[in-house]
Amino acid sequence: MSDKTSKTTRGATKLALAAVFMFSFGYLLVPLYDVFCDLTGLRFTDEEAVALSPQELEEDTSRLVTIQFDVSMNQGMSWHVKPEMQVMEVHPGRVYTTFYSASNRTVGEMVGQAVPSVAPIAANKYLVKTECFCFDNQTIAAGETVNMPLSFMLNPRLPPNVNLVTLSYTFFDITKNASAENQLDSVLAYK
Amino acid sequence: MSTVAAGDHHDHPESPYSIKRWLFTTNHKDIGTLYLWFSFIMFLIGGVMALVIRTELFQPGLQFVDPQFFNSMTTMHAIMMIFGVVMPAFTGLANWLIPMMIGAPDMALPRMNNWSFWILPFAFAMMLSTLFMDGGGPAGGWTLYPPLTLQTGDALPFVILSMHFMGLSSIMGAINVVATVLNMRAPGMTLMKMPLFVWTWLITAYLLIAVMPVLAGGITMLLTDKYFGTSFFNAAGGGDPVMFQHIFWFFGHPEVYILILPSFGVVSSIIPTFARKPLFGYASMVYATGAIAFLSFIVWAHHMFTVGMPLAGELFFMFATMLIAVPTGVKVFNWIATMWRGSMTFETPMLFALGFIVMFSIGGFSGLMLALAPVDFQYHDTYFVVAHFHYVLVPGSIFAIIAAVYYWLPKWCGNMYSEGLGKTHFWLSTIFVNLTFFPMHFVGLAGMPRRIPDYALQFSDYNMMATIGAFGFGLSQLLFLVLVIKAIRSGNKATSQVWEDAEGLEWTLPSPAPYHSFSTPPAIK
Repeated sequence: MSDKTSKTTRGATKLALAAVFMFSFGYLLVPLYDVFCDLTGLRFTDEEAVALSPQELEEDTSRLVTIQFDVSMNQGMSWHVKPEMQVMEVHPGRVYTTFYSASNRTVGEMVGQAVPSVAPIAANKYLVKTECFCFDNQTIAAGETVNMPLSFMLNPRLPPNVNLVTLSYTFFDITKNASAENQLDSVLAYK
Repeated sequence: MSTVAAGDHHDHPESPYSIKRWLFTTNHKDIGTLYLWFSFIMFLIGGVMALVIRTELFQPGLQFVDPQFFNSMTTMHAIMMIFGVVMPAFTGLANWLIPMMIGAPDMALPRMNNWSFWILPFAFAMMLSTLFMDGGGPAGGWTLYPPLTLQTGDALPFVILSMHFMGLSSIMGAINVVATVLNMRAPGMTLMKMPLFVWTWLITAYLLIAVMPVLAGGITMLLTDKYFGTSFFNAAGGGDPVMFQHIFWFFGHPEVYILILPSFGVVSSIIPTFARKPLFGYASMVYATGAIAFLSFIVWAHHMFTVGMPLAGELFFMFATMLIAVPTGVKVFNWIATMWRGSMTFETPMLFALGFIVMFSIGGFSGLMLALAPVDFQYHDTYFVVAHFHYVLVPGSIFAIIAAVYYWLPKWCGNMYSEGLGKTHFWLSTIFVNLTFFPMHFVGLAGMPRRIPDYALQFSDYNMMATIGAFGFGLSQLLFLVLVIKAIRSGNKATSQVWEDAEGLEWTLPSPAPYHSFSTPPAIK
């Protein structure tokens, strides 16, 4: 009987450990999905924009692609942002620069973060941003307006059926998080 | 324990009516009873929520409730029915039946058993209390997708904590089932001799242990995103809201099989009894259950075809999902083959089991339609989806639970129920459940979105029918309550066999089953 009881206890302990493992596995899924998508090439992000050999960097003057610039504010974000140009006609293989202007009409300094998105999905990895305000968070003082530069190029290998590309930014208000980080930094520096 | 040490054998609890008996009980039958009554009460509460939804949708326009409250009704109805009704009802059946079916005296871990039940009333009291909080109850859907769910008011941490409790309860229940089945079988009861109800529950228990903690992880991430500055699902901080959907459905798809596999076990017990033939293809039933459980882990993204997945992903999840139709088809085929040329009779449990087979198959077929990625873009988030999952859950899981109650009730309380009332209950339920959910297929295909308190005028007639059906179905269930109470109090005495030639160890015990079953292991043929 006691033999059976200890066998039961051992079994139950193992199952409880399995449950604890699966809890951690839930967290592990976050990096695992990234790893999985990298391995299988199922995901496209800016960082993975297709690398170009020098001869491919030649401008393809025979082709004109329309690129639209879009912007939206996430809930609770009060900046006024607009692209300098709403539409551009571009040759693949040439670097273009444009601006987004952003104004903070509130009474306090704010920190924002822009997150890009490209449509159609097939165009995503062919839109190479060489300089972008989305690489860092942006701080704008109360009442100020700033011009934020964006340099980009379309890879000449952009699929021939894509003639219209939309680049859309969503701005998030991260003032609270950023100030928490600053506080943490200053606490750490003080120590 | 002291009574056992003293060597005297009690067939009844010492003080059957005291509250302490129920609070401190470690008896599998008491705990099974508690689970089943708890589940029925939640069924009424969740049902009232469904009727609020259907009342608002009786006619187009905003009539009775405010849209925020409507959304919180759809959310709460789902949480109640999934975590408060179907899961506890199956755990209750497992508690009552598994020890009797495998020839064991009780569950392997009786104290944990007590705890896993008594967590539930607290968890659900906390969940229901959120309806009275600032900002109302959760209203972003039971799937809790961020960022919408993160806009919940004060209720969010309470919702998450109560879901943690529900998860904890079902994980403990599952550990208990596995420990019981693996360690407490009577000598000679090999794994491949176990009744299918025990097999399906064993596999369900493994699913629960594997996926409930993943849900716990996902909702903890929601909590830290909202209150502790993490960015798992926050794009501004480098996270991704779609990640939540992947984590949630990694739990969510096995969860839907947790809600249906024990029903397969129930139906596989009932059909052979009333067809008077042994179950056709026992081994294939066991393997099909295992195959369904395995496949349930690799199909989750068919719930999110429209998030912008690469084509390769859509194809993989589409084909993997369609593959599930194969083991499910094996099961339906085996049930029908069991009835083939059997001497069938149609007592109430058999009627519910037959209703299960027909209507679960309808839900299965609409599921197959939803599995097709190209057409899912049209069906996604419409009433077609609502019709699909209600067909597999209401005339599926719920009918199986009701069938189980009719089938084993004489064993539990020692009295036969009223067959006339039972048959009335079946026909009313079947007519009204179809009146409620069948029209939803049509409005869904025509484009009526789910979770919205108003709709376009052309959907009026079908919605009116669905509302009438819902009230009819809800009221019919009160008949079931009356019938069960009548059977507990009076009725013809049941024999120990109860049903002619019913197979299984539980039928060798007297009716009502003694407080302690199989203190000495039974002989297995």
